[in-house]
Amino acid sequence: MQVHRVSRQYVIRKLLIMIPSLLGISIVLFALLAMAPGDPFDELATNPAVPPEVRAALRAKFGLDDPIWMRYWHWLFALMQGDWGFSFVSRMDVSTLIMQRLPVTLVVIGASQILAIVIAIPVGVLAATRPYSLFDQIANTFAFIGFSLPTFFTGLVLILVFSIQLDWLPFVYRADITATGWAFYWEHIKQSIMPVTVLGLFQGAALVRFVRSSVLDVIRLDYVTTARSKGIGERKVITRHVVRTALIPVVTLVALQMPIVFSGAIVTEQIFRVPGIGSLLITSMLSNDTPVVMGVTFVSACLVVVFNLIADILYGWLDPRIAFR
Amino acid sequence: MNERDIRGLVGKVKAGKLSRRGFVQAMMAVGIGAPVAGQILVSSGVAMAQPASTYKPTKRGGGGPLKLLWWQGPTLLNPHFAVGTKDQDGSRLFYEPLAAWDPDGNLKAKLAAEIPTKENGGLAADGMSVTWKLKQGVTWHDGKPFTADDVVFNWEYAKDPATAAYTIASYQDVTVTKVDQYTVKVAFKKATPFWADAFVGTRGMLIPKHLFADFIGAKSRDAPTNLKPVGTGPYMFKDFKPGDLVTGVANPNYHQANKPYFDSVEMKGGGDAVSAARAVLQTGEFDFAWNLQVEDEILSRLEKGGKGSVSVTPGGNIEFLLMNTTDPWTEVDGERSSLKTKHPTLSDPEVRKALALLVDNKSIQDHIYGRTGPATRNFLYGPSRFDSKNNPIEFNVDKANDILEKAGWKKGADGIRAKDGKKLKFVYQTSINQPRQKTQAIIKQAAQKAGIDIELKSVTASVFFSSDVANPDTYTKFYTDLEMYTTTMGQPDPGTHMLQFVSTEAATKANKWQGRNITRWQSPEADKLYRETEAELDPVKRAASFIKLNDLAIQNQIVMGIVQRPTVSARTAKLNCNISGWDNNTSDLSDWFKDA
Repeated sequence: MQVHRVSRQYVIRKLLIMIPSLLGISIVLFALLAMAPGDPFDELATNPAVPPEVRAALRAKFGLDDPIWMRYWHWLFALMQGDWGFSFVSRMDVSTLIMQRLPVTLVVIGASQILAIVIAIPVGVLAATRPYSLFDQIANTFAFIGFSLPTFFTGLVLILVFSIQLDWLPFVYRADITATGWAFYWEHIKQSIMPVTVLGLFQGAALVRFVRSSVLDVIRLDYVTTARSKGIGERKVITRHVVRTALIPVVTLVALQMPIVFSGAIVTEQIFRVPGIGSLLITSMLSNDTPVVMGVTFVSACLVVVFNLIADILYGWLDPRIAFR
Repeated sequence: MNERDIRGLVGKVKAGKLSRRGFVQAMMAVGIGAPVAGQILVSSGVAMAQPASTYKPTKRGGGGPLKLLWWQGPTLLNPHFAVGTKDQDGSRLFYEPLAAWDPDGNLKAKLAAEIPTKENGGLAADGMSVTWKLKQGVTWHDGKPFTADDVVFNWEYAKDPATAAYTIASYQDVTVTKVDQYTVKVAFKKATPFWADAFVGTRGMLIPKHLFADFIGAKSRDAPTNLKPVGTGPYMFKDFKPGDLVTGVANPNYHQANKPYFDSVEMKGGGDAVSAARAVLQTGEFDFAWNLQVEDEILSRLEKGGKGSVSVTPGGNIEFLLMNTTDPWTEVDGERSSLKTKHPTLSDPEVRKALALLVDNKSIQDHIYGRTGPATRNFLYGPSRFDSKNNPIEFNVDKANDILEKAGWKKGADGIRAKDGKKLKFVYQTSINQPRQKTQAIIKQAAQKAGIDIELKSVTASVFFSSDVANPDTYTKFYTDLEMYTTTMGQPDPGTHMLQFVSTEAATKANKWQGRNITRWQSPEADKLYRETEAELDPVKRAASFIKLNDLAIQNQIVMGIVQRPTVSARTAKLNCNISGWDNNTSDLSDWFKDA
């Protein structure tokens, strides 16, 4: 119980520190975006059929002619009231745009994270328990290949094989499947297989290496030897004693990766046309739609800060040796 | 071809000795676009052809879903705000104009009962007004009737500067009045030869008064219907996720019998052009893919599967080379390329002549663009592959060397020609885009052989095409000797297109580089020709002036056409659709169908 009370104080202190750091992040983001070249209404300027007054009126309407600090202040003030801003390009609320993309992002990226974990933990543990065995060598090789190959490459290879040669899977992700019942789920699974595999294998590969080294660190410790010498079976030693301890850093690593589930995967989303947050971010950047870029990046920043805190807390909770002060 | 020749041809068409098509082709051969050619016939008393419909289905619906792939999805669906073609194409699923442009540049009635002509009383003889008769019995998707009030409202909505409509230019200088419930009159301030602008084509889509009346002017962005279109078109709105997906279902009360053929439509966005082509040509996941800016070689390879085909639709967009008439390297009153200066070397007409001989349009077409970029020297060209006879493509390094030698530009020790201490060294800029860099290389190589040193510069597209006054690298500032880009001619009338050659339109610091004359060419002769086109009511004389203006600019080597940039799209084998280079890709969506 002692631990619990201390950690509450710790959490409160950490939460308070979050406020200035988030403000700082938002100022940097806003200033960067405001100073970047480009104008959301450029397309109007280069169009001979549009008189310059239209562009001027639009700039005035969206407050683009105000000084940066004033725009930042408006943005922050609106945010406090839960208003994420208004997209220049789509003329709709930024929060609506983000909410439209969120479910798909959570499903696809979430599934790929789960796939990564489901593959990485058993493979990493097995590889570590038999270091330098054939299995370890193979696992290591694949892990290296996995995280050295960029997702745009594996994505294209999968498309060429499974969509174009074999014609098994669609390579355009559609969020509006009209089928009902089982067919609905089947269609969704079918179109998710490739993007989830690409992302899952990429992240899984890095995680395998991490789990393996973490288990190797623990397996040599004295208490494991003690457990073995007490005559506990090897399987039990690994699952009860080794893995439990070894997974502590893995849990925090996974927690730190959680913000990615929200911010999406820009490249993979582009290849498979997955309408996730990542593709929203990139199209908004390309069209200089600063309110949307600001919204997405700031949400990501918040999540990174929050999950850092969660990782800290989890770490302490899982490993009582770490004290909060 | 002069004015009298054109009149002779018109006479032949009237007498039935020459087909409309033949006439249009003859016009295109001399550089007059099909829309203008069509208008010449109309105002000469020959009715616009209504081409025989090829639409086969005998009942509405039953065609299943129509799946369109736009690799940049629409981001908004109010046609008056739709700047990008993707947004216009998306809006066009639901909204319609009074009339649309067909591939041959003729008007096709949509919400109009008929196309106005002098004969049916639609066109005033003095060119001061046009009267549109509206189709009766048309209803908006919510059941309310479509009337003249809606048409007048669109004018009020778009012309209000506070609305900040992209379409404002088509509406601010006209006056629209309701004649009766189904007739509107568009009056011009001065005699206007090109009358088919307001309520026609991409900028003519009509929105309903009853849903937008409260959101005119500054409140325009708050209209809920901005995101949930209610139009008169063949499909009714179902769902919209900006940048990703637009869906619609067949309109059961569409005003044309037996249309549309498809039960639903979806327009998916995102991804890149190559994979969009794949999804139609190789896997057949989609029926139609738009704007395939892909190397022709790749398209041809994808086409081999036989699941679909690529169509190249001619329009007016032109990739061209501009030669600076001012000095980009001297700053005067805070701006380079100032009108007060003259280019040190390019102002010598012999140098320009030599440079023109060093542009190898044919090789650029053959090795870079293929079907997607037919070579041309013209700046204004018709919707056809025919080139103007007045400006043949000539590539001749020896001749260029000869001209420069005679003009006194002698090769120095470094192989670069110079005269009076001024070297023929140029900086040639364009945006970062693979075909453009290849084109630059081809021209640089040829120039080298003639003793001209060209330094290549490429600028990120988002900077090059921006209107950022603080950035020196924008195409409108033109702070280099040569530059190249594509200018679009979305409207079939060359009026705005040809502003490129009007003295007062020069891009300068004073107008924040928003003038349309990028080369800053100051030519009284060109100005006079342009003024003629503005005032001339007789389309024949007007067309002749446009041709002369084009020839003047090309023959003085102010600009040089490199390749045409037609619209390239892919469709599945069974899909029948007419794509017009003068209107949106989806302008004729009601008539699309699949062979059984």
